[in-house]
Amino acid sequence: MLFTSYEFIAFLGGLFILYYILPKKCQWVLLLIGSAVFYAWAGLRFLAYIGITTVTTWFAAVRIGAIQATGNAFYDAHKKEMDKDARKAYKAGIKKKTRVWFLACLLLNLGILAVIKYTDFVIDNINAIFSAEISFLSFALPMGISFYTFKSMGYLIDVYRNKAEAQGNLAKFALFVSFFPQIIQGPISRYNKLSETLYAQHAFDPLQIRRGLLRIAWGFFKKLVIADRLLVAVKTLAGSPEEYQGAYVVLIILFYAIELYADFTGGIDITIGVGEIFGIQMEENFITPYFSKNINEYWTRWHITMGTWFKDYIFYPLSVSQPMLKLSKWSRDHMGKAVGKRVTVYIANIVVWFATGLWHGAAWNFIVWGMLNCVVTVASYEMEPLYKKFHAALPATNRGWYNVFQMFRTFWLMGAIRILDVYRNVPTSFKQVGSIFTTGGWGSIFSADIAKLGLTGPDYTVLFIGCVLMIAVSVVRYRQKDDIRANIEACGTVAVTAVILALVFAVLIFGAYGVGYDASQFIYNQF
Amino acid sequence: MEELLEILENLHPEVDFSDCDTLIDDKILDSFDIITLVTEINTEFGVAIPAEELIPENFNSAEALYELIERLQDED
Repeated sequence: MLFTSYEFIAFLGGLFILYYILPKKCQWVLLLIGSAVFYAWAGLRFLAYIGITTVTTWFAAVRIGAIQATGNAFYDAHKKEMDKDARKAYKAGIKKKTRVWFLACLLLNLGILAVIKYTDFVIDNINAIFSAEISFLSFALPMGISFYTFKSMGYLIDVYRNKAEAQGNLAKFALFVSFFPQIIQGPISRYNKLSETLYAQHAFDPLQIRRGLLRIAWGFFKKLVIADRLLVAVKTLAGSPEEYQGAYVVLIILFYAIELYADFTGGIDITIGVGEIFGIQMEENFITPYFSKNINEYWTRWHITMGTWFKDYIFYPLSVSQPMLKLSKWSRDHMGKAVGKRVTVYIANIVVWFATGLWHGAAWNFIVWGMLNCVVTVASYEMEPLYKKFHAALPATNRGWYNVFQMFRTFWLMGAIRILDVYRNVPTSFKQVGSIFTTGGWGSIFSADIAKLGLTGPDYTVLFIGCVLMIAVSVVRYRQKDDIRANIEACGTVAVTAVILALVFAVLIFGAYGVGYDASQFIYNQF
Repeated sequence: MEELLEILENLHPEVDFSDCDTLIDDKILDSFDIITLVTEINTEFGVAIPAEELIPENFNSAEALYELIERLQDED
């Protein structure tokens, strides 16, 4: 059931009415039923996968929680009788018992994800390297498997680390895993954060509901008016790389940056807005990413919950693990302080970016995309002292105009790396980017030829106005802590309602439907 | 504490670490800095900071970080 389908609108409307009619204590149960229906809509057989992850994670976390509770109670009662070594040994004993459940559950669920998502990729590479003819297994990818697996494993790690309390109620945990607004493209919520409002009883709050509807309408506008319209041109350009080179590659970098942003943030706007109309708060996944001044800042603003997941659950544990600390010490002793300081950070960074690339898809273009991000991140880190000297020597570079230049530079750099996602082929991507410097065609993209990309003059006008609106909304968000809704709400209820209606009409009139358009999946659904 | 301040100042000479309690919130320290700190602290203080302690509350100020080191030394 796509967010941009009539079924979803009907489903959401029905759920919304029941949510506020039925007794409040039924609200979370209703959301669970709704989530099950939403998931089953994609195919009943997929329920088994998410069911296994839910039950195994719930059970392992409950066991870990029970071991910790019993162990900690005994420790508190007897710690005065123990000396320092005995206390340490007792705590290590508790950790060892919980580790068995933790590792078993982690390996099982990551194993399922690996087998389902990556088996054919491995077979493909084996076939290519050894000229073998192993048949593909062609597993159907369960909806949102990367998202719900990461969400569940985040919860398991938090319980294992004593940072979250194990949820004893299987049905409540099932709602956390399968919560329908975020099952297909995130945000990858943390249990502690989402559970604050997910299971609570919510009164009908018109202000909150209008706020949610405003965000949903804005999400639909971005998705249907901007992203799906641009998709036509992006498909045309990506479909004929031989024909569209040079300046056209610059054009596709720009178009894809806008399309992906409108598509992904539009989907997240709908997700967060749907949560808000039910009184449920979720983390922001994007905070004006295209206003980032460098790649490190970009990754703290784009797909935030994925970035923090990799940071908290892979980058940090790997960097501070005993073998890495030993390696750092060894490197420091044998190769100097500078190497010792860097070795753990660099190895962990390579692992994280490899995993991030692989998470996006079982293909080399995603892995290369990840490794390019890794290279730029490390280069940026190494050049930081140089940048500081540069800014100190030229104080003018700390002013506004230079910030705009840095944003511009980061936008195009990230766009150029993202081209691997457009062509889905590593050599083609490099060849196309190279053609920017060897092939012209600048006159062509500023001529009537641009109409051959499948979009008409009015389409470009709609896109221009849509982009101006997106930039204006982003500027407001960049300058203040809250989003633009706070400003609209300050103008009164009528203003909020008027903006919602204006967006709905804009979607109905200018939305990209019908012949020539493919108002299909959100791009991030596939990950 | 002086040893810790020296490590921090080597990382970011431009920051007054004795008077800042928003090192993470204001993005003064990033994830690379944190790992560099953990390895330096491991060398200088002989304390291994586990991953579950890598949270903003422990790294927002030099004081909070020093308290963490003392707590972990005590547990050892």
